[in-house]
Amino acid sequence: MRRLGPFLLEPRLSPPRSVVFGVSILAVVVALLAAAPVFLGYGLSPWQAYAKIGRGIFGSWPSFSEVLRRATPLILCGVGLTLAFRAQFWNIGAEGQLLAGAVAATGVALFLPVPEGLRLPLMFLFGFLAGAIWGLIPAFLRVKLGVNDVISTLMMNYVMGYIVEWLVHGPWKGPTMRGFAYTDAFPLSARLSYLPGTRVHWLTLFLGVVLAAAVAFLLARTRLGYEIRVVGQNPDAGRYAGINFAVVLSLVMIISGGLAGLAGVGEVAGIHWRLRSPAQVSMNYGYTAIIVAWLARGSPVASIFTALLFGLIFAAGDYMKTTLGLPFQITGVFNGLMLFFLIGFDILMFWRVRIAQREKVWTSQIGS
Amino acid sequence: MDVANWLISTVSRALAFGVPLLWGTLGEIYAERAGVVNLGVEGMMILGAFLAFSVTQSTGHPGFGLLCAALVGGIAALFHAFLTVTLRANQYVSGLALSMFGLGLAGLLGRGWEGKPLGNPLPSLSFPGLSQVPVLGPMLFQDQTILTYLGIVLAVLLWLLLFRTRWGVAIRSVGENPATADALGINVALVRYLCVIFGGLLAGIGGGYLSVAYRPSWTEGMTAGMGWIVIALTIFAAWDPLQAIWGAFFFGALYHLSYRLQAFLAPELLKLMPYLFAIVVLAISGLGGRRRRGRAPGALGLPYVRGER
Amino acid sequence: MVGSAQKGPAPTARPTLVSLRHITKRFPGVLANDQVDFEVRPGEVHALLGENGAGKTTLMNILYGLYRPDAGEIWVKGKKVEIRSPRDAITLGVGMVHQHFKLVLPHTVAENVALGLKGTPFFAPARAVAQRIRELSERYGLPVDPERRVWELSAGEQQRVEILKALIRGAEVLILDEPTSVLTPQEAQELFKVLLRMKEEGHGIIFISHKLDEVLSVADRITVMRRGKVVGTVSARETSKEELARMMVGREVVFRLTKAACKPGEEALLVQDLYARNDRGLLALKGVSFGICRGEILGIAGIAGNGQRELVEVLTGLRRAERGKVLLLGRDVTNRSPRFLSDLGCAHVPEERIRMGIVPGLSVEENLILKKHHRPPFCRWLFLEPRAIRAFAQRAVEEYAIMTPSLRTPAKLLSGGNIQRLILARELSGRPAVVVAAHPTYGLDVGATEQIRQLLLRQREEGAAVLLVSEDLEEIMELSDRIAVMFRGEIMGIVPAGEATLEELGLMMAGEKRVGAKG
Ligand SMILES: Nc1ncnc2c1ncn2[C@@H]1O[C@H](COP(=O)(O)OP(=O)(O)OP(=O)(O)O)[C@@H](O)[C@H]1O
Ligand SMILES: [Mg+2]
Repeated sequence: MRRLGPFLLEPRLSPPRSVVFGVSILAVVVALLAAAPVFLGYGLSPWQAYAKIGRGIFGSWPSFSEVLRRATPLILCGVGLTLAFRAQFWNIGAEGQLLAGAVAATGVALFLPVPEGLRLPLMFLFGFLAGAIWGLIPAFLRVKLGVNDVISTLMMNYVMGYIVEWLVHGPWKGPTMRGFAYTDAFPLSARLSYLPGTRVHWLTLFLGVVLAAAVAFLLARTRLGYEIRVVGQNPDAGRYAGINFAVVLSLVMIISGGLAGLAGVGEVAGIHWRLRSPAQVSMNYGYTAIIVAWLARGSPVASIFTALLFGLIFAAGDYMKTTLGLPFQITGVFNGLMLFFLIGFDILMFWRVRIAQREKVWTSQIGS
Repeated sequence: MDVANWLISTVSRALAFGVPLLWGTLGEIYAERAGVVNLGVEGMMILGAFLAFSVTQSTGHPGFGLLCAALVGGIAALFHAFLTVTLRANQYVSGLALSMFGLGLAGLLGRGWEGKPLGNPLPSLSFPGLSQVPVLGPMLFQDQTILTYLGIVLAVLLWLLLFRTRWGVAIRSVGENPATADALGINVALVRYLCVIFGGLLAGIGGGYLSVAYRPSWTEGMTAGMGWIVIALTIFAAWDPLQAIWGAFFFGALYHLSYRLQAFLAPELLKLMPYLFAIVVLAISGLGGRRRRGRAPGALGLPYVRGER
Repeated sequence: MVGSAQKGPAPTARPTLVSLRHITKRFPGVLANDQVDFEVRPGEVHALLGENGAGKTTLMNILYGLYRPDAGEIWVKGKKVEIRSPRDAITLGVGMVHQHFKLVLPHTVAENVALGLKGTPFFAPARAVAQRIRELSERYGLPVDPERRVWELSAGEQQRVEILKALIRGAEVLILDEPTSVLTPQEAQELFKVLLRMKEEGHGIIFISHKLDEVLSVADRITVMRRGKVVGTVSARETSKEELARMMVGREVVFRLTKAACKPGEEALLVQDLYARNDRGLLALKGVSFGICRGEILGIAGIAGNGQRELVEVLTGLRRAERGKVLLLGRDVTNRSPRFLSDLGCAHVPEERIRMGIVPGLSVEENLILKKHHRPPFCRWLFLEPRAIRAFAQRAVEEYAIMTPSLRTPAKLLSGGNIQRLILARELSGRPAVVVAAHPTYGLDVGATEQIRQLLLRQREEGAAVLLVSEDLEEIMELSDRIAVMFRGEIMGIVPAGEATLEELGLMMAGEKRVGAKG
C-alpha cells in the first residue's frame, strides 16, 4: 500500500473488466486531448475540428462506410495479432504478411489460368498461404536459431515491401500502364463487390468478423487454444506440460500471417484492382493493427471494435485531408500518441485508489 | 586500377553510411546494457534528421542543428524511459509507439521542407597530409565528416567506460540484475533513465548526420528502417561498443553496395539487401550457439520493482 | 530475557546497535509484520527464528531499506533514523546477506564487491578492491579468489562473497538470512567460526533460521516470530529445543511423523549410469544409478547445485541425457518427451512451483488439467470438454482442500500453500506409478507442509515409487525409506533411512565420504 497525498494506493493483481474498459477509454480520450495542439498549429480550434470531423463522418452512410472500409484490413490483421501476442510472439510483421497476401492474390488474378468462378476463392486461398509462409519464417527462425522475433518480423516487412516495389516496377509492371508503377488491372472476375453506394468490399469484412469469432472460439474452447494460452503466459509451464512450442508457434503464425494475407487480398481485390506500391496498398495497416490488438487486450472479438475505432481515425484522416486541408500524417502522430497513453495508463489498472481515512492511518502509528 | 578505385570508393562510402548506424548502435547498446530495449530508434533518428535539417537550414549552423537533433532524440528517449522505467510499461510496445509517433511527427512537420537541398551541410574534413597517402588516403581520409572519426573514438571511450570504470560496473549490474544493484544502493531507475536518454542523444545525432552530412536534404521517411537495423546490430555486436564499429561499417557497406550494384540487379532488390542480411546475420550467430556470441543482459526487457519476488 | 554472560561479553553493558520498534508491514492479503520489536547489541548473535512465512525476511528487508514499514520506528546506535533505501542502511553500518544471493553472476567477484562501493577509484575499480578482498578474506577466514566469475563459484563461496561485500562496506550489523540452507553441516560449522570472529570484533549479527539445533548452538539470544508477530525473546542458554518449537509453531510439536513400514513392490524406476549436462554445458550428472520400488520413498539429499535439478529434469523429460538409461516400469524411456513420460504415469512436482508448475493467469480449473488437457475426458478430438474439466476440478478442490474463491479464479491469486496443493492435486490424480517431487514443502507454512508430507506418504502406501529431492535434511530423514546423497553429479552412496546419521550424511554431502561401491 502506498500513500499519495490524500489517496491510498493499493496494488491489485487482476483488474476487473470494467476497470480495463474504463482505463482504455480514458487513454483514448487523453490521446485525443494530447493531439489537440496539432490542430492549433494549423490554426484550427481542436473542438471545432473534432466536431466537424464527427459530423462529416457520421453524417451520411457513404461517409460512414469509409470507416468500415478502413476497418476491414485492420480487423483481419488485428485478430491475427491478438493470437500471436497471446502466444508471446511479437509479430510486428503484419504489414509484410499483408503485402505477401496482396502479391499472391495479384499473381492468381493476373497470371493463373483458372476458371473465372474459381479465381476469387483461389486468390483468398493463396493470399492466406502467402501470408502464412511470410509469418512462418520468423517463427522458424525464433524456434530453431533464437532470432529475435521483433527484428525478424520487422525486417521481413521491409523485404516484402521492396519485393512489391520490384514487382510493380519490373516484371509485373502493366504494359498498359505506361509510366505508372502498377500492374495491369484485375479482370472483373477478380474484383470484389461493394455494398451498394460504398467502397466496402463486404466479403472481406464478413470474413474478418467471422474469423474473429472463430479465433475467439479457438482460444477458449480448443486444445490448441489452451496450449497457446499456456505457452504464452508461461513457456516453462508449457515445456513442463509437454507442449511442443515449435508446433504451437508455427500454427499460431500460420493463422496470424494468413489473416494478414487475407487483408492484403481484400485490399487489392476490393480497392485497387491491381498491385501498386506498398505504401498505397497498405497505408500502414499492419503497424496500426498492433495498436488494434493491444487495445483489444488480446481478445479477438474486442479487436473488431478497436479496429472500427482505428478505421474511424483513418477515415477522419481522409476527411481532414480533403475538407480541412490537413496532412494525412496526423493519423501517424495520433496513432503513436494513442499507443503511448494506452500503455502509460495500464498501470492505473493495477492500483486501486481509495481516499485515505485519517483515523486508520493514525491508529497504526500510535497504537502499541 | 578500376578494381582498386572501386574498392577505395566502396570503403570510403561504407564508412560514411555506417556512421548513423554506429551512433545509433552505441546508444542502443547503452540502453540495453542497463536493461531497457528501445525500439524507438527509428523514431528518434527521423526526428533527429528532421530537426538537424530544419535548424541548420534556418540558422546556418550544422553543428547547432546536430545539437538540436541530439536534444530531440534525448527528449523522445525520456518519454520512453518514463513509460518503461517509472510506469513499467511494456518496452517493446513503448518503443514501437515512439517510432510511430516520431515518423508521423517528422512527416507532419517536415511537409514544408520536403525535397529541399541543404545550403550548408556539415563540411568534410580535410587532412592535407593523410589524404595523399595512396589507397588508404582516399579510403579513410577523404570526404568524411568529423562524425565518422568522432563515432569511432566514442566507441572506444564507451567501451572503456563500460568495462573499466565504476559507472560501467553499475550500468552492467543494473542490466544484469537490478535487484542486486538496488541492494547495494545503486539507483536503478536513475541509471536506466540516464542510459536510455544517452541512447536517445546518440540516435538523434545519427539521424541528424543523415540530413546534414550524408545526404544534405530532407525527405519524409529518409531513415528508411535504419533504426531497426540498429536494433539488430546491437544484438549482432553482442552489446559491445567495439564490435559495433565493424558491425556498423559492414552494414554501411551493404547499404552502399545496394546503390553500387544496380548495373547487375534491380535497384529494389538491392535495397532489400541490408534487411535480409540483418536476418541472415542474426540467424548465423544463432547457429554458432549463443554462448559464443555473448549473452543479452540478464534483465533486458524486464521492468524492475523493488520487493517483487 | 537477559543475554548470557558466557557466550560473549555481557551484552547489556553496551548500547544497542539497532533497535526496531513496533514495526508493521502489510502486503496484499497478509500482515507480514505486526508490531514487531527487535534489537541487536554489539558482540552478540541474535537469532530470528520462525516458520516459513513468519515474516523474518520482511522485517530484515525493512531494516535494510528495501521495504518501507507501514508503521514503526528504527533506532540505530541510540538515534532514530529513516532508512529509505539500502544506501541509507549501508551508511548506517547495516549489511545483509540475502536468502537468495544478490550477486551479478556473469561478473567477477571483485566487480561484485566494487559495485556501488564508496571510495573506489573511477578507473579500474575491480583491481583496487581485489587487494582489500584478500586482506579481509585472510582476517576472517573467508577464502575466495577475486578474479573468478561468480557463476563459477559454489554456493558456499558465493556466500563468502556476500559476507565480504558487507564487511568491506563497514557493516557493524550483519544480517544473515537463512545462511545455512545452502551449506553442508560441516560448511555451516566453518561459517559459525567466522561469525564468532566477527562477534569478537564487536559486530552484531542477526542470524535467521528455522532450524532449532543450529540456532541453539550459535546464538546468544533468540527471538521467535510466528505469523508476523514476535512470540518472545529468550536467552539461548536458558531455553530448549522443545520450548522453541512450541513458540514457533504455537502448539506441541511431534518430531516424527507416523509412517507405515515400507513394503517395497516391483521396481518402478530404474536409472543406469546417467550422464547429463547443465545449462552451461558442463557435466552435471556423472554416472548416476539407482532404482526405486513401488511403495518406497527414495530421498535425494545434497547441497543445491550438485546435479539434483538436472536429475529431476532428465527423469521428467525436460533435459536430454547424454549417456545412460532410464527405465520406467521396465520400459526404456530415456530421452522421451515430457508428455510421453507423463502419459505413462510419471508425475512431477516441480522445484519452482510458480515459475513452472502453474500458468499464473489461467484459472484454477484450467491449471488442474495441465498435462492432461490433450486426453479424454478433458479433450475430445480437437475440442476441450468444459463439463468434464469442471467436474474434475470440483472434485480435486474438495479432495485436496484447495482454498480458492472459485474454480475460475486465476491461479496466481492463490497463496503458496494452495498453489502447491493444486499442483499435487493435478500430479497425484490418476494414480501415478512414479512421483518425482522436488522441494515439495519449500517455503510453506507448517499446516501445508504437514499435509503435503502426508500426501506423499499416502502415495507411497498406494504403491507409487516416490523420488523426493530436498535440501531439508530433516524432511529427507523423516519421509524417506532410503537416502541417496548427491555430490558434484555423483551419488556418494545410498543408505537406509533408519541407519543414517546427520554426521554421516553431512560428510557425504561434502564429498568426503562414499558408501558402498560406485554406481
Ligand atoms: N513482496 C511481497 N509481496 C507480497 N507478499 C509478500 C512479499 N514478501 C513477503 N510476502 C508475504 O509476507 C509473509 C512473510 O514473508 P517473509 O518472506 O518475510 O517470511 P520468512 O519468515 O522470511 O519466511 P521464509 O522462512 O520462507 O524465508 C509471507 O506470507 C509472504 O508470502
Ligand atoms: Mg525468508
